[in-house]
This record gives sequence, structure tokens and C-alpha cells, in this order.
Amino acid sequence: MSLGKIGWLTLVSALGLIALLPVPEFWITQLNYIGISSLAVLGLILLTGVGGLTSFGQAAFVGIGAYTSAYLTVNAGLSPWLTLFIGVGLTTLCAVVLGWITLRMSGHYLPLATLAWGLALYYTMGNLQALGKYDGIQGVTGLSLFGWELGQGRVFFVMTWALVLLGTLFMLHLLDSRVGRAIRALKTGSQMAESMGIDTLKFKIGIFVISAALASVSGWLYAHFQRAVNPSPFSVHSGIEYLFMAVLGGVGHVWGAITGVTLTKLMADQLQVLLPRLIGTSGSYETIVFGVLLVLTLKYAPDGIWAFVDHKLPRPPRKVNWQNAAPLPQRSKPASGEMVLQAIDIRKEFGGLVAVNNINFSVQAGQIMGLIGPNGAGKSTTFNLITGVLGLTSGRVTFRGEDISALASRDIAKRGISRTFQHVKMIADMTVLENVALGAHLRGNRGALSATLRLDRAEEQSLFREAEIQLRRVGMGDALNELAGNLAMGPQRLLEIARALCNDPALLLLDEPAAGLRYKEKQALADVLRQLKSEGLSILLVEHDMDLVMQVTDRIVVMEFGTRLIEGTPEEIRASPAVRAAYLGTEH
Amino acid sequence: MDFSIASILLVDGLTNGAIYALLGLATVLVFAVTRVIFIPQGEFVTYGALTLAILQTGKVPGTIWLLLLLAGLAALAESFQTWKRHKSVAAATVAGFKVLTFPVAIGVVTIWAAPQQFSLLVQAGLSVCIVTCFGPLVYRLAYQSLADATTLVLLIVSVGVHFILTGLGLLFFGAEGFRNPPFWDARFSLGAVNLSGQALIIALASLALIVMLWLFFEKTLYGKALRATAVNRLGARLMGISSQTAGQLTLAMAALIGALSGLLIGPTTTVFYDSGFLIGLKGFVAAVIGGLASYPVAALGALLVGVIEAFGSFWASSFKEVIVFTLILPVLFWRSLTAGHSDEDH
Repeated sequence: MSLGKIGWLTLVSALGLIALLPVPEFWITQLNYIGISSLAVLGLILLTGVGGLTSFGQAAFVGIGAYTSAYLTVNAGLSPWLTLFIGVGLTTLCAVVLGWITLRMSGHYLPLATLAWGLALYYTMGNLQALGKYDGIQGVTGLSLFGWELGQGRVFFVMTWALVLLGTLFMLHLLDSRVGRAIRALKTGSQMAESMGIDTLKFKIGIFVISAALASVSGWLYAHFQRAVNPSPFSVHSGIEYLFMAVLGGVGHVWGAITGVTLTKLMADQLQVLLPRLIGTSGSYETIVFGVLLVLTLKYAPDGIWAFVDHKLPRPPRKVNWQNAAPLPQRSKPASGEMVLQAIDIRKEFGGLVAVNNINFSVQAGQIMGLIGPNGAGKSTTFNLITGVLGLTSGRVTFRGEDISALASRDIAKRGISRTFQHVKMIADMTVLENVALGAHLRGNRGALSATLRLDRAEEQSLFREAEIQLRRVGMGDALNELAGNLAMGPQRLLEIARALCNDPALLLLDEPAAGLRYKEKQALADVLRQLKSEGLSILLVEHDMDLVMQVTDRIVVMEFGTRLIEGTPEEIRASPAVRAAYLGTEH
Repeated sequence: MDFSIASILLVDGLTNGAIYALLGLATVLVFAVTRVIFIPQGEFVTYGALTLAILQTGKVPGTIWLLLLLAGLAALAESFQTWKRHKSVAAATVAGFKVLTFPVAIGVVTIWAAPQQFSLLVQAGLSVCIVTCFGPLVYRLAYQSLADATTLVLLIVSVGVHFILTGLGLLFFGAEGFRNPPFWDARFSLGAVNLSGQALIIALASLALIVMLWLFFEKTLYGKALRATAVNRLGARLMGISSQTAGQLTLAMAALIGALSGLLIGPTTTVFYDSGFLIGLKGFVAAVIGGLASYPVAALGALLVGVIEAFGSFWASSFKEVIVFTLILPVLFWRSLTAGHSDEDH
């Protein structure tokens, strides 16, 4: 039995034991509160730790869940099992609107918007007559199932913690899937993710909605456990406290949620007794300690408390179960000699500066085209124009006869152009295999729901099979389970190439793949490029390293000051006095 | 609503707006130079107002003890860091004393001055000095060693600092609220418009401060250094501008602006230990209207926030906060349409 299974079994039996043994009621109540908050914090882990976004509005979403259920059960007599879904629906709606407004801008607008919105919501709850103003709504019914009261004790405890463990399990499943890898790519910035064909805005809104929905369920539990609601637990300060719990527990770890909430609640209990006694007057002085702890945690243990446990856990390599997986369908490839990419009079102006001045070139199937030029010649800009990172000022780019000038990066990826990055962009805390599987994102279609329920395993196996094939193709077959962050520069570049190949491209764009490589690594890279070419792939290579370019390319375009200087075979370029002048200067 | 009510509301809104403008400017300034979204800006407002209130009663304000405490911690941190780098006890001691000098001097002066019951202006000046000292200390203790962290981490640190400063506010000032006497209790009427001396002072002081800030950034070397840091941290560092000094200086300015805002707002409303949060956040809404980048737009936004708040409190008094804070959503929506794509922010 694997360690993970033993862990789960221990947890589930612990749950049963606590419910059956004569644990004092006080602790059952405590554990109920911990469970309820853990659900909300679990959402923040996904949003903040995994997705790199954050929100101060978690408490507000808990509030929406709680108030919706309280109001509808008390005033409309609806069943709590129905209001749960109404609450989640309402929360989702709010999250979609907030996310859609703010997530298209830089990351810090979401926390700012949720801060303001959370305050607004708090004052709304506190001032609306219908919601009982600051007194809130009393007399909320408890939960019952087929006439069986769940109460506020052990049965409720079992249900709450079953939900928490289920939530945790689903979260672990979600993160270990096609969708999960896409979510984890969000943190590295949108450019890499978009070039893998990931619609980053959709995924950002998605995780914000999931985290809000978890908060809403937490609120629903709270309302029916407490049997009353009032605005104070849903204030912005509580929202900040949720964030504190997540950071303390370990914002990048799913288990950090339960860890953080448990520690915080236990600490808060002690502090609420201890501090007033120490200071002499009552008041919520524990916020001082929480604040100090928050700053210290970020400084000295940014991965939280769970990280210490996580380091101790063994990290078994992913079980290879994909040998017999169905191969992924491949796109039709251009026949040798067919025109693949054509840049026609492409031009880019930044204000008054013409970075790329009406450049023309084309790449044919099975050809490696080099794009070289001194620093500032406009190579990278040209690269960005083709990959859709920048918009053209004028001109056209066609790919296999189709105009792709106006397409976004991810739509260009969809048509079969893959790229690598000048500065390697990968997810350091994922394995090489998982990083490469990210490249096959567009070749799968399973969503978040099937990931949480593990209905995506067949597709996952196909994706991993493809990732392994591509890694072997570039000669990295023995580093599958290495963490990407531990790789040297050479293997990192190869990883990017394997990831790009996973998209089954018809054209590969390489942005300075030899930058920062040692001699041996460059040789390995050159071998890989030659091999890819022999397999019929077309490649556009932007590179500084003359040696490499001369070795592997069929044709070369030389750029200088944004214009095309010359185009020709490596021999012609080598012999050209104009190129020599551009690189070395002219004699006077 | 007739003209006279409207004029009262307008004046009221603009006076509060002037204060939000100051806070908004401070927020934009801190974000530009340090990338810190400085949530605790409002705490400086509270500290300013309450320090003056306690000085008024002839007692030594709790801020002094807090100041000495923070200065002690910062001095320890500084000494330790110097010792680690130079392995010299003498250098470490000097570094520690350098941090202590100002706060201790201010502390001694205050402890001497508090029972003397000097005039309101002297006490106000003293309060500003005390609170301004907090800025660099807060930067030193909370942000300095994390200066290269992501905006997200810095933001979370900010809420931590907010928690700490609010909690300490409760500890040192107590839960009771104070209302300061006005600096000038004259009243004027210009036709139908009534103006209080305090409103005039707020308007003039805000204007003066904004002009002074402008002069500071345009004409002084330190101001230019801060602008350079805001444009490009690394570039500024290569030019010999220490990002630590820039950060401390910026927070000193933020604290100064906060303290002054506290003095200005003190006579118009009762200030509690936690009042600063909401006041600061309104400055924040203004800063967001300016995209955390534009000073003039933030200032105009602040006036708008003030006016909307004033009219909001007339039409739906209990919902005025709701109205003000919901305002941020359409603003962000509009910005997201105009700002276009976001970029590789890390």
C-alpha cells in the first residue's frame, strides 16, 4: 500500500475515532469550527499559493453563503439542501463579475477590488433591514437528512470533516491533472501559459470561482452550525485572517489549509485568554501577534509550516502506467518543400521607433531558417510578431496559407506553431515530465470536473506518454522525475524544446536556445536540432551563437537596425562583407 | 435638496476629499517607489490624530513608547546586520545608535514637553515629528529584507503590518475615541455657502503639501532619486541610489502625510484607534482611480470620492460606505477597458 493511502486511511479512521471516543464536547465544537474554516482556506490555497493571485474577499464569500442560506431558510422556508446551491450560485455570480472586471489587469487589482467590495458587502449586511442589520438573522434551523437531525455535535463533525477531506482530495486530484498544470502555469506569468494554448483569463476566473464556491459552502455550514448569522465574521478583517491562516499553514500546499486553520484557532484561543490578562484590559490584542507572525512567516518560512512536514515526506516517482495508453492524434504535416511560414512586409513601430522595418522571409517545410543580427537588430521583436505576443503595425504573417497576423498567442499555438523562450519559463516545483506534459495542453480536453473525479486518467496517460516520447526525442529520457528547478541550463533549454514538441507542431520557433549554454550543451542542442530536421520538422531559429547557426541552418536571414540586410545559405552569409561589417564594423 | 444643502455637502465632500487626496498621493508614492501596496497608511492618520489628542491632555502619548520599542528593534536588526557583514562590534554599535538617535531625541523632547501644555500648534508639530519617525522604522522592520519579493508577498506583509499597528493602537491609545479642537474656529459665509475655518485650513494645508511634494520631486536631489527608483529600481541602484534609503525615505513621507492628514481630520470627526483603516482605504480608492500611477488623477479621484461620500451620506446615510467602496468596481471596469492587456508582472 502506498504511503498516501496509509495517510488517508489514518485520517479517516481518526475521524471515526474522534466521533466515537468520549472526546469532550468543547473539542468537538472546536474541530467543527476548524473544519468549517478549512474549507474557505482551501480555496485561498488554490487561488494564492497555486495560482499566484490573492483575495481579501474570502470572508465576504463565506458571508454570501451563510446569509443566503439563513435568509432563505428562515424567511422562505426553503430546505438548507436547496439553499446550499442557491448560495453557491450567487457566490459564483459575484466571483465571475469581480474576476472578469479585475483579472484582465495586473494581479494586484483583484485583492484591491475584493478589499473594497468586501467592505461594501459588510456594510450592506449591517445596514439592510431585511438582513436584520448588525443583529443579523437568528433562529436558523440546523441541518437534517431525511428527518434525521445532524445537530451541532458529533454527527455534524463527521459531515463537516468528510466535506473537508473530500475537498482536500478533490483539490489534490485537480492539481495533478491537465487543468492543474495549466493553473500552476499561471504563476509564472501569462506569456508562457498563453503560448501553450492556455486561456489564462479563463483559468484565473476559474480558480477565483472555485475558491469562492468553497468559501460559500463553508458559510452554509457556519450558518446552520451557529444557527444564527451576523455581519462581523464576514468582515474584511476576517478575510485577512483567512489569508493569514493560509500563509501560516503553507500557501503552496493543499494540506497547508487544515494546518494553518488548526494552528491559528488553537493559538487564538490561548491568546484571547493570555493577552488580556497580561495587558490588564480586554480587547482583541491577538491581532498584534497574528500580524507579527504573518510578517515573520513570510520572511523566514515563506512556504509555511506544512513545508517542514512536506520536506520529510518521501517523493516517490510517478508510477509509469502509460506504456499502453492510446497515442494522441497527430495533425497533418506539411509535405517537404511546402511553404510553412511567410512573413510579408512585417513592420512594428514603437512610437517613433521602427523596430522591425518591412521584413520579408519564409520558411519551408523541413527547413531550419536562422534569424540572426547584432543586438538591437529587431530579432526578438520579429519573433514576438510571429508568435502573437506583439501586434503588427502593418504587414502579414501567414502560416500554411492562413493569415495569422491578428491571432492571439494561444490561437497561433492551436494552429501548430510552438515556441521556446529566451529566458527559460518553466514551473520550477513540477517535475520535468509534468512540465513537458503542459505542452500537450491543447491535445487534451478534460476539464476541472473530470479531473477532480479522476475521470481523466486515460487522457492523462496519453499526455504523459506523449511527454515521455518527446523527452526521449531530445535525449532527456532519464530525467523524467527530476524537479525542473534542479536542472542545469542545457537541460532546461531541452525541456522547453520537448514541451514545445508536445504540441505536435508543424513549425518550431526557438528564441536563442543556446544562450547561457556550455560547449557540450551546445553540441547536444545542435544534435537535437539536426535530428528534428531529419524528422521533417520546420524550425525558425533566432540565435546569437554563430557557430550553432552556421552548423544547423539551411538558410539565414540577417537583420540590422530592424531591416533585412541579406538572406542566403550559411556559406553566402559567411562570405558576405555586409554581414561582417554589421557585426564587426567597417574599416575606415 | 436645495442649493444651501447642496453647497454644504459639496464643501464637506471637498474638504474630506482633500484629505483623501493626500492619502491617495502617499499610496501612489509608496507603490511607485517600493511596489508595496501600503494598506497601513490609515494607521498613520490615527496615530497623528490620537498623539495630538493625548498631548492635549498633558500626558505623554503611548506612541512614544511604541516609537522607542520599534526603534530599539530596528537598532538591534541594524546592528546585527552590520555585525554579520563587517564582524566589527564598533561598527555594529554605531549602526545601532544611528537608528536610535532621532526616535530617542523625539522621545526625550516629548516626555519633557508633554506636561508643559504648549500651544496647539507646537503640539501639532511635535505629533507630526513623532509619527513621521514611524515610517522608516516600519520599512526597516517589515519590508526592507523582503524588498525583492513579489508584489503579492509585499501586499500580504502590508496587511500584517496593518494588523500590528491597529492592535498596538488599541494597546497604546485604548478603545476610547478623541475629537481634537479645531485649529481655527472662525466661520465665514460667502453668499449662501458657509465655510468653517477648519475647512479652509484643510484645503490650504492640502494644497500647500501637494505643492511642496511637487517641489520636492522636481527640485531636490532626494526627490529625483525617488523618481528614478520609481522608474527603474535596478537602474537607480546602479546610479548609487540605495533602494533601502529610498524605501525608508518614502515611508517617512507617507507617515508625514498620514500624520498631517490625521491632524487635519481630527477636529472634524471623532477618531478611534481603528478609524484610520477606512479613511486610508478611501485614499486608496482614489489611488486606484489613478491606476496607482497618476498623481493628478488620484487627487481628482479623491475629491470625487469625498463628494460622493458627502452626498451619499445625505441620501442614504447608512449606506455611504457601501456607495464609496462599490465605486471602485465601475472604476476598475473602466480601467480594464482602457488599460488593455496586463503584462508579465511577477
